[in-house]
Amino acid sequence: MTFTKISSLAVCAAALAAFGAGSASAWEPTKPVEFVIPAGTGGGADQMARFIQGVITKHSLMKQPMVVVNKGGGAGAEGFLEVKNAKGDAHKIIITLSNLFTTPYGTGVPFSYKDMTPVAMLALDQFVLWVNKDAPYKTAKEYIDAVKAGTDKQFKMGGTGSKQEDQIITAALERVTSPKKFIYIPYKGGGEVATQLVGNHVNSTVNNPIEAVAQWRGGALRPLCLFDGKRSTYTGKVTETQAWSDIPTCKESGLPVEYQMLRGIFMPSGVKPDEVAFYVDLFKKVRATPDWKEFMEKGAFNDTFMSGEDYKKWVAAADKTHFDLMKEAGFIASGPPPAAPAAAPAAPAEKK
Amino acid sequence: MEELNSLFQGFAVVLTPYNLFLMCVGIVLGVIIGVLPGLGGANGVAILLPLTFSMSPTSAIIMLSCIYWGALFGGAITSILFNIPGEPWSVATTFDGHPMAQRGRADEALTAAFTSSFVGALFAVILITFLAPIVAKFALKFGPAEFFAVFFLTFASFIGMGKGSPWKTVAAMTLGFALASVGLDKVTGTLRLTFGHEELLTGFDFLIAVIGLFGIGEILSSMESGLKFQGAAAKIRLNAVLTTWKTLPKYWFTSIRSCIIGCWMGITPGGATPASFMSYALAKKFSKNGANFGKGEVEGVIAPETAAHAAGTAALLPMLTLGIPGSPTAAVLLGGLLIWGLQPGPLLFVEQKEFVWGLIASMYLGNFVGLIIVLTCVPLFAAILRIPFSIIAPVILVICAVGAYTVHNSMFDVWLMLIFGFAGYVFNKLGYPLAPLVLAIVLGDKAEESFRQAMLGSQGDLSVFFSNWLVGGIMGLGLLMLFWPVIAWVLEKATGRTKSAEA
Repeated sequence: MTFTKISSLAVCAAALAAFGAGSASAWEPTKPVEFVIPAGTGGGADQMARFIQGVITKHSLMKQPMVVVNKGGGAGAEGFLEVKNAKGDAHKIIITLSNLFTTPYGTGVPFSYKDMTPVAMLALDQFVLWVNKDAPYKTAKEYIDAVKAGTDKQFKMGGTGSKQEDQIITAALERVTSPKKFIYIPYKGGGEVATQLVGNHVNSTVNNPIEAVAQWRGGALRPLCLFDGKRSTYTGKVTETQAWSDIPTCKESGLPVEYQMLRGIFMPSGVKPDEVAFYVDLFKKVRATPDWKEFMEKGAFNDTFMSGEDYKKWVAAADKTHFDLMKEAGFIASGPPPAAPAAAPAAPAEKK
Repeated sequence: MEELNSLFQGFAVVLTPYNLFLMCVGIVLGVIIGVLPGLGGANGVAILLPLTFSMSPTSAIIMLSCIYWGALFGGAITSILFNIPGEPWSVATTFDGHPMAQRGRADEALTAAFTSSFVGALFAVILITFLAPIVAKFALKFGPAEFFAVFFLTFASFIGMGKGSPWKTVAAMTLGFALASVGLDKVTGTLRLTFGHEELLTGFDFLIAVIGLFGIGEILSSMESGLKFQGAAAKIRLNAVLTTWKTLPKYWFTSIRSCIIGCWMGITPGGATPASFMSYALAKKFSKNGANFGKGEVEGVIAPETAAHAAGTAALLPMLTLGIPGSPTAAVLLGGLLIWGLQPGPLLFVEQKEFVWGLIASMYLGNFVGLIIVLTCVPLFAAILRIPFSIIAPVILVICAVGAYTVHNSMFDVWLMLIFGFAGYVFNKLGYPLAPLVLAIVLGDKAEESFRQAMLGSQGDLSVFFSNWLVGGIMGLGLLMLFWPVIAWVLEKATGRTKSAEA
């Protein structure tokens, strides 16, 4: 109850800030804001960040310019470390992908979500199991049965990066196909992965919708199932016959695996509440534009917004999930063991 | 011809005063971006992308792609004048371009570079115009094994071309591989050789190495040899463009070969960098003047520039038809397409005809406009060398430092650049070639990645590199290149003929 109250208060405050233009107390950036992308150019996070920058510029949502910088070195560690080390800097924000959780556990680089101030969840990115259109499998069940019936390591799964979201999903799938395993082949970017599947160099991928939608529409790839608890809500036809909502969930197909990736915003630690409030408000305005709705539909995103305590709780729980999944798959870096995250506290104390 | 019809419609879209104006603005901005090391085409396009959101998608892509052409042209300028490649694919241009400038032939080198860039791009655009659907499918045949074969071919075509001892070439290349392996290992997702230092997470960026090794190293060498640029005394010849053009047609074969290499590497998408290196190495091998390469041979400028530009242009094809960018700049443009509501992929040519053909038409016009702009500036660029060394050297140093800083916005990189600069100087003194070192830094990690991906896929079976005609053919060609010196020697012995001594 408390949280609902707090978040509704936050909403009111944000709404007030939006209406009460010129109110003297509200904080605003006084110099260009740096928007860090902990990934290379052209990927999903990059596309979203540059899109947001475009929307902010197009609709003049902020007086100061926004500068997008890619810091994708070391599986994103470069970008996260920069934000971690920029304590109190309110002119720096970062967009996350799952490497917020996977990189510290996978590489042992010392940072975590706790070193940053959560601002808002913008959306959750979906994952879909794809095969080439020439493959004989029409459903996820048929494909998984084929993997089970085949020899060990007969099927190749292509994915982005190593010990990151795509490989975590693959490891989760292997729980179902056990004892048969996939050969997981890591590539640099999602676009490359989708193309490798079109060229039949791998048997399947777990590309994000936006990475593979063009190939789906072009009739080169076939989606088998969506790694979400419920089907997509987008009913507009993507191909001639199918919409995103026509893709069954993996659970429906007898494959109990769910995974979604955070597309959220963080700031350095030690920033003031009114500075955080500015960005929460800014992203609410971004989400209110028609451009955003169109972008969400194109990439079949799960359009969920969270900020404040809800968001903090969600992030803590997601961190725990990633730790458990990675531990089970044996992806945790050797060396000094990272402290296992505490479970999301049942009733976290109110932060002042 | 349906393509011609569409193309002329495209020209109709592009040929408005507003679009032509944007084209000129784009080219000039691009040249500036290309000249500044470290900024690079990808960053330049990324920075300017938001400016274009208020434009129509066609106008926006015209301007952005012209920035891209401009950057491709601009990269050659600093390579030739100061031995500082602003872009990875300009490295090979320095090998002969800079010696030419040192001999007072900077204007010829620039003219040759710009003209061959144009020829390469034109060849690639024509290919895109008429063969897009067929060629795009070819890119799909490239899996990890094929990619590795391409990198192998690049390395192989480079071995044995060093002037000094082949062992020094191998040593330099090995050091390059070692540097390339620092940072995140993409296949296992763990860190290598960082020794717990956060600065080393990102590995050694190629640009920093190159700015240091070539740029700073060159300044150190110049300081030693008397605080002035060699070739500075050359007269400014206003007719340099025309006199150089007269000599170019006799290199037609090198041009065509370089065009083919460039297009092939752009589409596959090996990219412009391996294309320029491979083209240079092949030109050296097959040219009558091969022995003079590295001392200021025009052909050594034509080959890499033609290939780089052909590859840079051809790289847009897989981006449009498959949604896979063939270069980092293409990747940023790809992001732009999405923002404008265009979904790259097989259907783009069907659904967004006006946009696609407008873009292709702008490739023709943009390169043409670009060529005119840069050629008129040749005497001006060449005159830069006449500025006293004591003024220009600090400026170059500052530009180098800014360039190195820009790569990751980190001071550490500036120090690293200086260290590389000193290393470059020492390398020169000891007669170790820099080119293999740079080649290994640029392509080493990519080659390693595709090799290991291929090994994962085949479960350690090396026969995957000869599993079909495509990969087998490329590997075979690579092996032939690698052992060519030996083969040539054996052939010579067998026939017993004394051929003209060729290095």
